[in-house]
Amino acid sequence: MIAHHLPVIIVLVPLFGALLSALTKRGAVAWGIALIATVLTLAATIGLLGHVLHDGVISYEIGGWAPPIGIEYRVDMANALVILIVATIATVIMPYARVSVAKELAADQQAWFYTMYMLCVAGLIGIAVTGDAFNAFVFLEVSSLATYTMIALGQSRRSLLSAYQYLIMGTIGATFYIIGIGLLLTITGTLNFVDLAARIAVTPYDRAMLTALAFITVGIGLKLALFPLHVWLPNAYARAPSTGTALLASTATKVAVYLLIRVYFNVFGISNIVGDVPVLELLLVLSIAAMFFASFVAVFEKNVKRLLAYSSVAQVGYMILGLSMATSTALTGTLVHLANHAMMKGAAFLAIGAVSYQLGSVSLERMKGIGRVMPVTMGCFVVAGLSLIGVPGTVGFISKYYLVVAAFEKGWWWLAFMIVASSLIAVFYVGRVVEVAWFAEPSKEAAKLKEAPLSLLLPTVALAAACVFFGVDASLTAGLAEAAANALFGGSL
Amino acid sequence: MEVIQPILAHFNHWITIFLLVAGLYVVVARGNMIKKLIGLSLFQTSVYLLYISPGKIFGGTAPIIDDKIEVYSNPLPHVLILTAIVVGVATLALGLGLVVRINEVYGTIEEDEIFTQEDDEE
Amino acid sequence: MRLDVVLRVVTKLMLPFMLVFASYVQFHGDYGPGGGFQAGVIAAAALILYALMFGLSAAQRVVPTWLVEKLIPLGVMIYAGTGVVSLFLHENFLNYSALSHHHPVHGQEWGVFTVEVGVFVTVSSTMIAIFYAFGGRGR
Repeated sequence: MIAHHLPVIIVLVPLFGALLSALTKRGAVAWGIALIATVLTLAATIGLLGHVLHDGVISYEIGGWAPPIGIEYRVDMANALVILIVATIATVIMPYARVSVAKELAADQQAWFYTMYMLCVAGLIGIAVTGDAFNAFVFLEVSSLATYTMIALGQSRRSLLSAYQYLIMGTIGATFYIIGIGLLLTITGTLNFVDLAARIAVTPYDRAMLTALAFITVGIGLKLALFPLHVWLPNAYARAPSTGTALLASTATKVAVYLLIRVYFNVFGISNIVGDVPVLELLLVLSIAAMFFASFVAVFEKNVKRLLAYSSVAQVGYMILGLSMATSTALTGTLVHLANHAMMKGAAFLAIGAVSYQLGSVSLERMKGIGRVMPVTMGCFVVAGLSLIGVPGTVGFISKYYLVVAAFEKGWWWLAFMIVASSLIAVFYVGRVVEVAWFAEPSKEAAKLKEAPLSLLLPTVALAAACVFFGVDASLTAGLAEAAANALFGGSL
Repeated sequence: MEVIQPILAHFNHWITIFLLVAGLYVVVARGNMIKKLIGLSLFQTSVYLLYISPGKIFGGTAPIIDDKIEVYSNPLPHVLILTAIVVGVATLALGLGLVVRINEVYGTIEEDEIFTQEDDEE
Repeated sequence: MRLDVVLRVVTKLMLPFMLVFASYVQFHGDYGPGGGFQAGVIAAAALILYALMFGLSAAQRVVPTWLVEKLIPLGVMIYAGTGVVSLFLHENFLNYSALSHHHPVHGQEWGVFTVEVGVFVTVSSTMIAIFYAFGGRGR
């Protein structure tokens, strides 16, 4: 009985976790609730993934109303993979959250933080699981509102400013998305992704449709921080509580990328988009600009959290690059990078969060020699950094391998060259942090510090280990991504 | 007359577009955080119109099934927009809440004044 | 004695009617325009009017802040819980037909009724909470 309801259970469990956390005043109790909820969500997600692997696409009718009238939750390989990423990261971070949140947030804010954390997870999973365009918008706003609040709970007064700026940008993005969906609704009269795809296929590709595509692309582009719509991201990531940053950096943009892929491949149909307006070429140019520009900015950034945030913008560039090439191999690269980037950015932000926990700052100047006093933490950072560069033996290599192969398949050798060249810039920004942390003499302040507590280390090490493990043996992640890419190309939604 | 006719026929869309652009302009052009939020609200409201106006069917009635009636208005946009209104209210409330807190810690809600304070800190 | 006697008396006269109207909108939602959302806002407006006339602390004696904060998640829980009940009755999430075995339509009616109660609780308490949060600032 439970197996049949798994698609809705993975949304309900974090939602109820959020509600129960909101009922309690004590941070520790809320943490316990959130821990149980995330573990249950992860278990349900794995069960769901098993089902999808076994039976293929799963469709669930909310309220027993058959689609396209009712809202349908539809799970295929692509969203099963995305949900797995969100659920795994949310669970892995939980042991870290306990200590980090207790230090960074006032006692009366902790329970609210976990409420927002769980709401954000529920929203992100909801976006991924739903097969209804408007339902996706509602979940997008649920996760976004929770995110704004989570950022505003940050330590400095600038957190409020960042949250406000993100609220303005995020709302504009979400509104652009529903404008696009509204136009599609007016053209086709439906909101269900499958039904939309079927009706769009037989509708002449006119200006209204193109306008809808433009609005949706810009709207989701704002959410996934596509260059040049990324300006909200560095501040938001840098000033949120460390736990929140780790969750957002490794999941939020990924889900938005997924939504864009879904709309492009399964709603408009990628062959339709390839038509007379150079949408994919535009995305290609923007993603290359992101890879170079954002990496370049990261090299000169003094605040390590902001440095990693700019690196995220660059990494989103790689994901969109795979999408814009629109071949099966390239899409596999994008999807595997969703998972890989979640691991490496998760590990990097957790490591920096641990430094912030001990040192109280994440500026490069004050991090001198921190590697010598916190070897495990900074060791994990080095592994994550190597992954960001794409060194063989780490997950970053796997993603870039697929992208480079896809570029060669298309005969675009210059693109392969650019992917490698942009990776070289990553060497500089990662190198700067590594140099300061390991090769500079520890300051008096840093020399007094000790290694971070175990509960902070465990999740960090786990994610860093995953970076290496899936870098050496990518059969699981790449296999899932390949199956997902095939599902998207098969149009079997 | 031939020129005006197509414009009048789509007058609902013209209003939508006017509100949309006006709202977006206020968000971009104003430095006052409250005014930005008002612009944002206007922007969101224009979308309600975009959904609702095509849902009206001339001569149609409220969609409650009755034997005597054959033409109904489309209820779906209303339901969708009810949801969107709730989302809009929540966003506005959170935005205003943030502005109140920003006013408490910065002593102003003008963006340029806040940025000067930020620059002094750095 | 302050000189706003008229306002105070009129407010006191209006309050019961506002609350009755709120419950009318709430329970008459089946047959006419209305429902938990509108009713919740009207009920919250009644309390906010009371707070405007008689002060925040007077309103907080009627509906304390802690209660409001608990009611917000509770209302959502009533809503989502109704859906979960149908899960346990071997139907899909939010399929209210399961609530009554012999008369699915009655099940729908009860389901929507319970959901609207949840919406009422959440919306009214959210409105009040927002008012308390802003009204209580800087005192």
